[in-house]
Amino acid sequence: MARTVWDSTVGKKTVMAVSGLIMLLYLVVHMIGNLKIFFGPGEFNHYAHWLRTVGEPFMHYEWTLWVIRVVLLAAVVAHAVSAYQLSRRDIKARPRTYVHRKPRAGYATRTMRWGGVILGLFIVWHILDLTTGTVHSGGFETGKPYQNVVDTFSTWYGNAVYIVAMLALGLHIRHGFWSAAQTLGAGSRARDRALKTVANVLALLLTAGFIAVPVGVMTGVVS
Amino acid sequence: MKLTLRVWRQKNADAEGTMSTYEVDGISPDMSFLEMLDTLNEELILKGEDPVAFDHDCREGICGMCSLVINGEAHGPERTTTCQLHMRSFRDGDTIDIEPWRAAAFPVVKDLVVDRSAFDRIIQAGGYITAPTGSAPEAHATPVPKPDADYAFEHAECIGCGACVAACPNGAAMLFTSAKVNHLNVLPQGAPERETRVLDMVAQMDEEGFGGCTLAGECATACPKGIPLTSITRMNREWLRATRKAGKR
Ligand code: HEM
Ligand code: SF4
Ligand code: FES
Repeated sequence: MARTVWDSTVGKKTVMAVSGLIMLLYLVVHMIGNLKIFFGPGEFNHYAHWLRTVGEPFMHYEWTLWVIRVVLLAAVVAHAVSAYQLSRRDIKARPRTYVHRKPRAGYATRTMRWGGVILGLFIVWHILDLTTGTVHSGGFETGKPYQNVVDTFSTWYGNAVYIVAMLALGLHIRHGFWSAAQTLGAGSRARDRALKTVANVLALLLTAGFIAVPVGVMTGVVS
Repeated sequence: MKLTLRVWRQKNADAEGTMSTYEVDGISPDMSFLEMLDTLNEELILKGEDPVAFDHDCREGICGMCSLVINGEAHGPERTTTCQLHMRSFRDGDTIDIEPWRAAAFPVVKDLVVDRSAFDRIIQAGGYITAPTGSAPEAHATPVPKPDADYAFEHAECIGCGACVAACPNGAAMLFTSAKVNHLNVLPQGAPERETRVLDMVAQMDEEGFGGCTLAGECATACPKGIPLTSITRMNREWLRATRKAGKR
């Protein structure tokens, strides 16, 4: 069965939908967690520490976090590989464009592809910046996420990269959530408006929620 | 009406094609788009030139043979087939671009004619039911709920023209395939092959080199028969169901 799924365009699209929804679920939780930054370093750093102790005493220190990381890594890789393979196939299936081009044709497809590439690059930068500290702008300190975040958003490029990526995320989710519902066969004529509304609301909440943090630092509400 | 036409001319499948420009005069707004092309071809023949090759048959919107991309839109600006498009949709002095369906799975044969036999092979893969032939069956032998009959009919309207493929940025045949799958899968007569039908037709669709669906929605906008985008959703559901069942066997 795994072979049938992976070898079929419909199956590979299912892989994209499921991995996309896993990442989406994670992002909702991540966004809510981030908002704790508005309640000061104590609460934010405590929350970050708690992430490492979830599940104790059943789980050892950081085990739960590592499980989440492995699932997310699998989701990102599955999503990106399917996106790449399907996109290659799609481009090959339409080798020649029309001389007379209709404005906006393929708009959603193009934003998903470019948006996806932006998100992929962002994820790499984001981890190197705030998880490992490899490309961090200030003196990165493990266990001091509050200060690390403030340092990142005290640089113009930190803000720029982050905000552009979050706008791309909003557009990606707007088409992606609704698409995933169609791919998984959950859409219908009666449900179409509701699904589009949920997609828009999710996109708006996530984008606004994530962007609130750099805006908070820029305006001095978080310092 | 006087019009400038820019038409895709290509001698054969292997030749390089180009857009050639022609002027036509004396076009009535009541002519169909194909009659306008007939007028051009008569002039070309009188001048001893090669007439423009284009597909057509019934000229009443039911056979699915006509296939032109007019000003970048499959079947032109109205939601109908090219043969049912009339010149009143254009204005005197307009320049009109006419191109063939573009998709790797629909290679150009000549000028505006493309080879759509990939669709036939998708149908051969599962677009049929198994039924005894001979005398007509008793009409009430197999009751079909009214909503199902309506749903099947809506999808049976697909004439296999390929406008959905031509309009899709990925050259995907999902709307066509889903129309055929849903038409038969919803009916009791189609039930014995319900799973193999969707699996085999989707596999053949991939085999033919059509692209995948990115839910851009261009197909449903171009379809002259109004096959809805949700038809694809329903086929996805059928495909997932069949895959799960096949996995259990
Ligand atoms: C590695 C970075 C990413 C790449 C390269 C990428 C690329 C893509 C592409 C090309 C599509 C298909 C678009 C289409 O079919 O029109 C897509 C769909 C989707 N993406 Fe992403 N994306 C990425 C990250 C994300 C993230 C972080 C999320 C989480 C919210 C996400 C959620 C989705 C969803 C839900 C879909 C819809 C799947 C479907 O159409 O059934 N993607 N992505
Ligand atoms: S789905 Fe519509 S556009 Fe596609 S082949 Fe059938 S009738 Fe033509
Ligand atoms: S010629 Fe038959 S549908 Fe147009």
